[in-house]
Amino acid sequence: MIDRPVTGLDAALPQQAKPFIASPVVFARHAINGTLEWFGDLGIFFWQVVRAAVTPPFEFRELFRQLDEIGSKSLPLVALAGAATGVVLSLEARYSLTRFGAKSLLPAAIVFSVIHETGPIITGLVVSGRVGAGIGAELASMKVTEQIDAIEASAVNPYRLLAATRILACILMLPLLTLAGDACGLLMGWVTQAMVEPLSLHQFINSGFSGADFNDFLPPTLKTAVFGLIIGLIACFQGMRTQGGAAGVGRAATSSVVLSSLFVILADVVLVKIIIVFFP
Amino acid sequence: MAATDQIDVSPVMKRQESGGKTGVPAVAVEDLRQSFGSQKVLNGITLTVSRGETLAVLGRSGTGKSVLLRIIIGLQIPDSGSVRIHGQDIAGFTLDQMGEIRKKMGFLFQHAALYDSLTVEQNVAFPLQHHRKMSKAEQSDRVRALLAEVGMEGHLDKMPADISGGMQKRVGLARALALEPDILLLDEPTAGLDPISSAEIDDLVLKLQDEHHMASIVVTHDLHSAKTIADRLALLDKGNVVIAGTFEDLQKSDIEFVREFLKHS
Repeated sequence: MIDRPVTGLDAALPQQAKPFIASPVVFARHAINGTLEWFGDLGIFFWQVVRAAVTPPFEFRELFRQLDEIGSKSLPLVALAGAATGVVLSLEARYSLTRFGAKSLLPAAIVFSVIHETGPIITGLVVSGRVGAGIGAELASMKVTEQIDAIEASAVNPYRLLAATRILACILMLPLLTLAGDACGLLMGWVTQAMVEPLSLHQFINSGFSGADFNDFLPPTLKTAVFGLIIGLIACFQGMRTQGGAAGVGRAATSSVVLSSLFVILADVVLVKIIIVFFP
Repeated sequence: MAATDQIDVSPVMKRQESGGKTGVPAVAVEDLRQSFGSQKVLNGITLTVSRGETLAVLGRSGTGKSVLLRIIIGLQIPDSGSVRIHGQDIAGFTLDQMGEIRKKMGFLFQHAALYDSLTVEQNVAFPLQHHRKMSKAEQSDRVRALLAEVGMEGHLDKMPADISGGMQKRVGLARALALEPDILLLDEPTAGLDPISSAEIDDLVLKLQDEHHMASIVVTHDLHSAKTIADRLALLDKGNVVIAGTFEDLQKSDIEFVREFLKHS
């Protein structure tokens, strides 16, 4: 990793606070320059990772380790978040639909809400919190203790070993975690309904999925692969460009979570529109 | 010897011509310049090191000694100047091209930079796993041999956090030697160590030099250590090589900074 000064969205606040006090114009110029520079650096980083990922040697062992780290170890948290979402959705939907005399649509409302939006976005945000912070802090700690330099000095490409494997693991695991989150959400949605009035799981599924087809299920699930790309890319980028000891590690972990969550939400806005247009 | 950026390197070149197989130095840096903001760290450094030779780079803290090593191994890109490894200019090399060059180089970091999630054994095995096709048994034998070479054979399963700074440097040295490099770069190998551990590291470096005949560059501010392990010394000040030569050359020098440095070392 060639050392570059930390700039952009996560540059140290005191450096920007001074010009802000001196002049809002200077502050705005710094902020715009910093943001553009951050996106430029992110683009260069992404290109380096892509180039490293498609050329041998491939780091399969590290990839499998990351699949376990990012996938299996996030599963309990995603399942719990999905279950909680299912309960809340079920309670809220019951209240609203009963008021408007549409109680019979309750299973469909829960199913559509979970598989279309709440399942994917909740999974994305939960993973960006757990995995984003983990990757950001781990790589930042390796950076400030020169371990990434040591990898490079050992003639191993850190973009391939550290970044490509983590990003690919995020891309592959997010859709699978979303399936798990969806399943838990639907299950708990049914349990919540069944506690209020008798309703078998069979009835709930039949009624909920009666109007649904593959387009309702597949695109929203697969869009989380894009969330995975965003989470992995931003966390690796923030981690591997860290400077400044323990404080830098803290900043990297925080900014990884904040930025990846923000970009997941922004990407969701765009992806929802695309899905509506191409998979009506 | 004269002070300066145009330091006389002819004695070194003569030695290479007589001693080296091809006459091409293992490491040659020419007119290297590096600034950080307004601070000039390297201001036209020119140095060469040939196979079997150890050069100690001395100087006060912040004079760019470690930056010089990082530039030589390609971890930092200089503002200008060239670095040639076995005659190959590394400017513009991609990460993978640089990787091929780095397979011939070993680097001991100032704080060892061991991978903190791996054991001592896994740390030393790391370069072998990535660059040598060998069975698990062969790899294990090689790692044990390397750790025995640095006196760490009894600590295979320990984590880096569980061993002392001196031991970490030994493990770092074993890792640097794993691919049998012909260029060894040591960044402050004795910094932060007690005198006995420092002497042990010095002896170890000397032993390795005798056995492997590598071209070595040792960055240090420890004059005693430099005198013990190096064939030649280069003293840096304000980004320039003030003097390069044997320890006796330094002692004979009437340059004010050299006399001051020797007096306080």
